[in-house]
Amino acid sequence: MKRNNLKTVSLLVENKPGVLFRVANHFKRRNYNIESIAVGPTEDKTVSRMVITMIADEKSALSFTRLLRKTIDVLDVKLVEEDNVISRELALVKILTKDQATRDSVIELVKSKGVKVAEVTEDSIIIEVSDSFEGVEDFINSASRFTVCSISRTGVTVIEK
Amino acid sequence: MVRLSGARALVESLKLENVGIVFGYPGGAIIPVYDELKDSGIRHILARHEQCAAHMADGYARASRRVGVVVATSGPGATNLVTGIATAHLDSSPVVAITGQVPTSLLDTDAFQEADVPGIFNPITKYVFQPRSASEVPYSVKAAFYLASTGRTGPVVVDIPKDVQTKVDDMSFPDKVTVRGYTPYIEPDSTAVARAAEILLSAEKPILLAGGGVKRSCTEDVLLALANNLMLPVVTTFMGKGSFPEDHILSMGTIGMHGTYQANTLITEADVVVSFGARFSDRSTMDINGFTNRKKVIQFDIDPTEVGKNIEPTEFVVGDLRRSMTMFCEELMKRAITKNESPWLKRVISLKQEYDEKVFGNNGNNGLSSPKIIKKIREVLPSESIVTTEVGQNQMWAKLYFKVAQQGLFITSGGLGTMGFGFPAAIGAKAAKPSVPVLDIAGDGSFQMTCNSLATSVTENLPVIVCILNNSSLGLVAQWQRTFYNKRYYATWLGSTPDFVKLAHAYGAEGVRVQSLDELERALKQALRCEVTTVIDIPISPEEDVLPFVPTGGSLKDMLV
Repeated sequence: MKRNNLKTVSLLVENKPGVLFRVANHFKRRNYNIESIAVGPTEDKTVSRMVITMIADEKSALSFTRLLRKTIDVLDVKLVEEDNVISRELALVKILTKDQATRDSVIELVKSKGVKVAEVTEDSIIIEVSDSFEGVEDFINSASRFTVCSISRTGVTVIEK
Repeated sequence: MVRLSGARALVESLKLENVGIVFGYPGGAIIPVYDELKDSGIRHILARHEQCAAHMADGYARASRRVGVVVATSGPGATNLVTGIATAHLDSSPVVAITGQVPTSLLDTDAFQEADVPGIFNPITKYVFQPRSASEVPYSVKAAFYLASTGRTGPVVVDIPKDVQTKVDDMSFPDKVTVRGYTPYIEPDSTAVARAAEILLSAEKPILLAGGGVKRSCTEDVLLALANNLMLPVVTTFMGKGSFPEDHILSMGTIGMHGTYQANTLITEADVVVSFGARFSDRSTMDINGFTNRKKVIQFDIDPTEVGKNIEPTEFVVGDLRRSMTMFCEELMKRAITKNESPWLKRVISLKQEYDEKVFGNNGNNGLSSPKIIKKIREVLPSESIVTTEVGQNQMWAKLYFKVAQQGLFITSGGLGTMGFGFPAAIGAKAAKPSVPVLDIAGDGSFQMTCNSLATSVTENLPVIVCILNNSSLGLVAQWQRTFYNKRYYATWLGSTPDFVKLAHAYGAEGVRVQSLDELERALKQALRCEVTTVIDIPISPEEDVLPFVPTGGSLKDMLV
């Protein structure tokens, strides 16, 4: 399920206004689409971690990380090597359940995939998936036999092992 | 702690940075700063357009090798700086721009004369500060100068809302600032330096390539020693022009689209290129595969981003050139060098002599061709003179035919290629070096972009010389139309207006038109003695081409000569 040339960049940046703008501008100049982005503070409240995924070949991704590293307010940049990190993404998947039979099948899928039910309403079930990018993709694929009316994903975040 | 207004704190901060001169243009949102500048002892040079003020600050920075400062108001004042700041950015020139801004309460309301300065300037600067409280001003200014003048130098903007200028607050002025995550200098890797030395010493046809970084880091002396000790030919990029004395036997001139015949030929033939502070831009290397074909490239640069950006070097050394080039020299000296008359050196010297004889020999008549005009300017100007250029054919002729001496300085918009840069930059350079003659090699198109700076040069008593190679057209674009578009000239004919002599007179400057090399010589000598700016109008043929010329997409060896 791994997407070709999907690269993950992990940045430590100053936690202040304007930094994301400066970082994002570099992506725009290279015409990289930000496939996903996850940002939040770290153990040091003045420092945020940005984890951004993009489609790029290895060579341009490497020169791009050097460019990001040069940006003032960017403290550190790493092109993520999948083997060295724990990688997780949270997805909320809302499935329409018109009848009890559908409801039962969805619950079965939830059990077999080891994901969680976040909310059950009269006509839908909201499922919470926390997994690697590939794991989330895999679940969404499995769920596609139902009527998935809405998906919301956080984008992957990573931490070094 | 002292209690001061933000505007006063700004001016005190400038004084702490030893700023003696600022270039600028006032407006509503920057009046508090101007009010403090009035009695500050800092000289303010009034431009007639903010773009000119930015180019002046840039020219000042390049001539003095210090930070140039430009001041402008919010909105249009700031947006008018864009071209000047982008010019400084692409040529890594340390300029600090101070801009007024609407009060913080009006930010992002499309207020009168509001422009999103951080948004606009972010891609064309090292950094933009926008202090939101008066007490942040001293740190912002200190950090702006620190960022502008260290590492790979470049422009920084400090955008100050009007209420931040007027607010009185407790101020403390830091002696030193650090910017987290910013490492301007990396200690060169000594093992990489040693490997680089081995590669150079094993070369049969080595050549040194000097870029603008050599001038920025003031390492011309190390380059000269290196070339002399090992008898290595030196070529430069356009930005590096003058970093090696061009009257030196080992100087081959500049490479590139309009490089010299011997520079382009020799760098193509070389088996090892050692590059110092050059970024291998498309105009320098032309077709990149043709450039790197069958050769090893050793890259020295202060900026790690440059490694592998445009070429993949065989070996690279990141660090301040002063440090890395000195280490490189020591490494080479350790390895007992003997100067010998290699076949390569013979080839280098003979090619240079052949070309110089053809181009610089005493041939032809007294007619006004551009190469002859440039050579005449070189002949008359004292060796320590500063020469600036505009952009286009005038610039390329200056690149090819004006040989910069060891004491001299050559200032041009190499990266952005900004028409109108040369004249205000010359005024800025004159402000930095009042005792040195400054001459702008101009074209009639470029000069018309910023000729309102005549007012500044006259009223501020900053006399420079402007030599207009006047072909009544946009010569370089016309040359492309002639060469590649089947002579379909369009929008490149400017006609015979204005009368530049009368224009100069209207501003209180001197103006003279010359029709021969003898008249040019007399006019130049007169201009050097003159106490006001002199515009020398030199009519040339609109049909004249700049040669050599490497067409886009071609390799350096594919020169049209």
